[in-house]
Amino acid sequence: MEPVGPVAVAEYRERLEKRVLAPLTSTGKGYYLLVAALLAVVGWGAYAYFTQLREGLIVTAMRDRISWGLYITLFVFFIGISHAGTLISAILRVSKAGWRVPVTRMAEFITVVALSVGALMPLIDMGRPDRLQNLILFGRWQSPLIWDILAITTYLTGSILYLYLPLIPDLALARDRLSDVVAPWKRGFYRILSVGWIGTDNQKRYLVIAMTLMMLVIIPVAVSVHTVVSWIFGMTLREPWNNPMFGAFFVAGAIYSGIATIVIVMALLRKVYHLEEYITPQHFINLGYMLAGFALIMIYFNLLEFVTTGYKLAGEGEMHFRELFTGSLAPVFWFYTLGGMVLPALIIVVPWTRSILGVVVASVFVDIGMWMERYFIVVGGLRLPTMPYEPATYFPSWVEWSIMAGAFAGFCLIIAVVVKVLPIISVWEVAEHYEDEKVIARKDAEGVLAGRLVAQHPSSRPFERSREVERP
Amino acid sequence: MCSKTECFTLKEKQRFQLRNPPMPDELKKRGVQQEENTRRWRDSRRRLLKIMGVAGAAALAAPLAPGLLTRVAGAPPEAPQGQDAGSGGEGESTQRLRRWAMVIDLRRCDGCQSTGKPPQCTQGCIEGHLVPEPMQWIQVFEYEVPGGGTQFVPVPCQQCQSPPCVNVCPVGATWSTPEGPVLIDQQRCIGCRSCMAACPYDRRFFTWGKPPAPPETLLADYRPEREYPLPRGVTVKCTFCADMARAGRLPYCAQGCPQHAIYYGDLEEDLATNGEEVVELSSFLSQNQAYRLKAELNTKPRVYYLPGHGEAVGRDAYTKGRMDTRWPWVERVKGAKTWSRSGPSQ
Repeated sequence: MEPVGPVAVAEYRERLEKRVLAPLTSTGKGYYLLVAALLAVVGWGAYAYFTQLREGLIVTAMRDRISWGLYITLFVFFIGISHAGTLISAILRVSKAGWRVPVTRMAEFITVVALSVGALMPLIDMGRPDRLQNLILFGRWQSPLIWDILAITTYLTGSILYLYLPLIPDLALARDRLSDVVAPWKRGFYRILSVGWIGTDNQKRYLVIAMTLMMLVIIPVAVSVHTVVSWIFGMTLREPWNNPMFGAFFVAGAIYSGIATIVIVMALLRKVYHLEEYITPQHFINLGYMLAGFALIMIYFNLLEFVTTGYKLAGEGEMHFRELFTGSLAPVFWFYTLGGMVLPALIIVVPWTRSILGVVVASVFVDIGMWMERYFIVVGGLRLPTMPYEPATYFPSWVEWSIMAGAFAGFCLIIAVVVKVLPIISVWEVAEHYEDEKVIARKDAEGVLAGRLVAQHPSSRPFERSREVERP
Repeated sequence: MCSKTECFTLKEKQRFQLRNPPMPDELKKRGVQQEENTRRWRDSRRRLLKIMGVAGAAALAAPLAPGLLTRVAGAPPEAPQGQDAGSGGEGESTQRLRRWAMVIDLRRCDGCQSTGKPPQCTQGCIEGHLVPEPMQWIQVFEYEVPGGGTQFVPVPCQQCQSPPCVNVCPVGATWSTPEGPVLIDQQRCIGCRSCMAACPYDRRFFTWGKPPAPPETLLADYRPEREYPLPRGVTVKCTFCADMARAGRLPYCAQGCPQHAIYYGDLEEDLATNGEEVVELSSFLSQNQAYRLKAELNTKPRVYYLPGHGEAVGRDAYTKGRMDTRWPWVERVKGAKTWSRSGPSQ
C-alpha cells in the first residue's frame, strides 16, 4: 500500500462522512415508493392477523397432528438470520479481521431487526394471545419455551447495546454535521443518543472497554439462543427431533443463513447508496468464503445425520427418512440439499463464478434453502405419525402466507427506515482502519529503510502497541 | 406391594401438594359438587345408557368396589400423617392417596364390530364429557399385527407419570395430580401447543375454532376435570374421569364398553373393575402379560393393555375396519364450524 500523508487521510475521512451521511439528509422518490409498497404488504399481513384473531387459528392450515407450521418455521428462520450480526461483528472483531469494519454496522442492524421480527412469530402462533401475561405470572423454568424467551430477550437487549455502542461516535458526528440540515426531531434524536460524545481520551477508553465486554458477552449468548430454539424441538419425544446434535446443527445453520442475509442486504445498500469505495468486491469474496465454509459444515452435519439414520432405518426413523428422500417432503429436502448447500458452495469454490454477483446469487439460494430446512424440520417432524393413523397434511393457508409476506416486508421496512436515521457504515471505525493501514504501510516502508531485522522485532515496534491503546 | 417407580413416598406426596396446592382441596369440595353438576344432564343420558346396556353394568360395579364407595363424599384424599404410603390396614386405607389406573383387555375389544355401532367407549366419552367435534379423547386405533391381521386398541390419554406434556408447558397450565391424572387448566393455557408436540400418543386436542359442542356446556361451571365450557385456542384432553371414580363410578368409556374390556381401578388399593368383575390389579397385570404403549419412552403410563385382538368376543384378526365415530349433537349445534384433526384438506 502506498504511504500517504495526513492530508490524504483527512480527505478520505471527509469523503467518507459525506457518503455515509448522505442517506440521512436526502431522500429520493424511489424510497417513498418502496416504503409505500412495503407498508402495503405489512398492512395486508396485519389484516390477515386480524382475521386470525377474529376467527381463531382455524383460518390456518395447522391442525392437531401438524400443530406447528409456517409461523414456527419463520420464527426459527428469523432468529437464525439474527446470528449475522454476532458473527460478523463479534467473531471477526475478536479475531481482529480488519476487513470486517465497513460491514459490521449492517450486520448488527440485521441482528436487531431479525430478532424483533422473529420474536413476534411465536406470539402470532399463540392460540390465546390475550393471555400473554401468563408467561410472566406463571412462567416455569422447566419449559424450553421459557428458556427461549429468556435467551431471546437477553440476546435482543445485548444486540441493541452492541449496535448502539459503536454508534455513539457516529451519532455525535451526525449531531455535529447535520444539525442545520435535518428536521428538529432528528436533531434532538442525535443529540440525546450521542450522550455528549466529544471524543475525549477518557470517552474513547470507556467505549473500547464497553465494546470489548459486549463483544465477549454476545458470542455465548448468540450460541445459546439458537441452541435453546432447537430445544423446543429437541426436548420432545418426536423421532426426527430426537437428536443431540440439533443444537449445533441449528447454530451452524443460523450463522450460515445470517451470512447470506448480510451479503444480500450489503449488495442492495451498496448499490443504492453508492458505497462501492468502502464495500469492495473483496468483502463479498471474503463473506463468500465464510459462506462456503459453513456450507461444507452444514453438508457434513447433514451427512452425519442422514447416513447414520439412513443406514439403520430404525423405528419411526425409516418413515421420516423415506419421506424426506423420496416422499412428499422430497422437493423441499432436495432443494435445500442441492440448492441450499451444494450449489452455493460450488459457486464460490469455482473461480469463474466467484464474483459479487456469484456470491449474491449463492446467498439467495442459501436463504431459500435454509427457509426450506426450517420448514421440513418443523412440519416433517410433526407429520411423522405417532400412532397408527394416515400421515396428516399441511399446506399453509392464505392467512399464513400473508403473515409471512408481512413479516418479510416488515423486516425490509424496518431496515429501510433505520437506514434513513442511522449511519449504515461505522464512519469512525472505517476512517480509523484506513489511517491504521496507511500508517502501517508508512512504518513498514521506514522499516525497510532501517533494516528488516529491527522492524520485525516486536519490541522495536512500540507504535503497534500504542496504536492498540489509542484506538477509541 | 408396588414397584418402586409407581409408589409415592410421603415426601413425594407432600411435594406434589405443595406444587399444586389448590387441587386436593378443590377436589375435596367438588367431589360432591360435581354430582350436582352432572345431575343436570344425566336425565338425558339415562335413555342412552339403557340402550347401550351399561346402566346395569354401572350398578353392578358399585357394590363390587367397596373401597371406592366408602370414600365417596366423606373422606377426601389426604397425605398420610407420619406413615408410609404402602403400609397400613383397613382403617388407614381411607387416608391413602388414590392412584387411578386403567387396564384395557384387548382380548375383549373388537372395535365394536359386533355391535354394528361406532366404538362405544369413544361414544360414551363424547356423550358423557360433551366432547366437541372432532375430538376423540379415547380413540380406537387399528394396529397391524404380524400375520396380516389387525387388533383394535382404544387409546385414552395415557396419564403418564412422567408426562412429557407437563414438562414443556411454559405456564403450568397442565399438571400431574397426586392421584395420577394429568389435567389441563383451560383458563390458563396460552395455546402455544408445546404439549401437543411433546405428546407421543397423539392424545392432545386443540380448539382451533369455536368448539362445536352442545349448548348445555355453556351453562356449566368450568372445572379442569370437566373441561367445559371450552374457549377457543386451548388444549383439551381426556381427564381419566377421576371425579367419577371418587364418586364410585366407572369412567364413561368403561361404562360404554359393551364387552367390558376396560377395567378401572386404584393401584394403591390394588383393585380394578370393568363393571362385571373385580380383579386384583397387580396379579391381573402380571398374569396377563400386560404392557404399556411405547414403554421404551419411559413416560410411565397409567394405562395398561392386555394383548389380544378381540378373540374373547369372537372377532378374528382379519376382520378389518370399524364404523366411524358420530357426535350426537351435530344436529343440535347448527352453524358450528368443525375441523379435521389431520389437516384442512382431509
